[in-house]
Amino acid sequence: MSMQIAKTLDLKGLSCPLPIVKTAQGIKEVASGELIEALATDPGSVADFNAWCKSTGNELVEQGEDGGVFRFVIRKK
Amino acid sequence: MTVAVEEATLEVPAHEHDEHPRHKKLVIIAWSGELDKVWPQMILATTGAAMGMETTIFFTFWGLFSLVKNEKHITGDNWMQKMVAMMDRPGMEHLKLGKMNFVGAGPAMMKKLAKEHNVASPGELLQMAVDMGVKLVPCQMTMDLLGLKREDMIEGLGEPAGATAMLMESQDAITLFI
Repeated sequence: MSMQIAKTLDLKGLSCPLPIVKTAQGIKEVASGELIEALATDPGSVADFNAWCKSTGNELVEQGEDGGVFRFVIRKK
Repeated sequence: MTVAVEEATLEVPAHEHDEHPRHKKLVIIAWSGELDKVWPQMILATTGAAMGMETTIFFTFWGLFSLVKNEKHITGDNWMQKMVAMMDRPGMEHLKLGKMNFVGAGPAMMKKLAKEHNVASPGELLQMAVDMGVKLVPCQMTMDLLGLKREDMIEGLGEPAGATAMLMESQDAITLFI
């Protein structure tokens, strides 16, 4: 499966619940099986993205942190 | 005589617990009209919708005041209802804090802090909730009690309902009273 990112969401600086709300809206714009990348600075987003993926069935394929920016790669269900 | 008891299989595969939440519905009973409670009402409603939960907010008592148009000063038909609106101006932009209100200085400070920290205001979150399909249900009885009419209130509300309809809705839902 290709790892090409279909869409990137810049959520840096946003606080709860906006990173998740905007991801839920943004993922509608990609097709099933495609990848979206979300960049956030809210430390709470680590737990939130894991929980959100679990509850919605979208797959969290990659997550990491670089210089205070959290990066999540999600494959749409 | 012996009765064969079938061995109960109570164990549910772990992954089923992990992957699927038991509730796919969220009901928030929005009772308070205080800024520091309306905020979590809106945060939880938008998050529920973002998680794919069928989300309903039932607005009752002071909670209804957040649905009154901001430009509306006085609501109600008789002097008592008007008094209530006068002492506690309705509208999402005019909510007071439950503590540290300081005649409006508290809410102003809170809004300034929220802006600096990129926290969406309750009004912005309410609009997002509407856009995401959250059902907003005003309580008919409190509307009558406070003399609130549909034209006093913002667009996008569902049909007013009562306690029975709400409890039916919450039977298979996570229900929060805020």
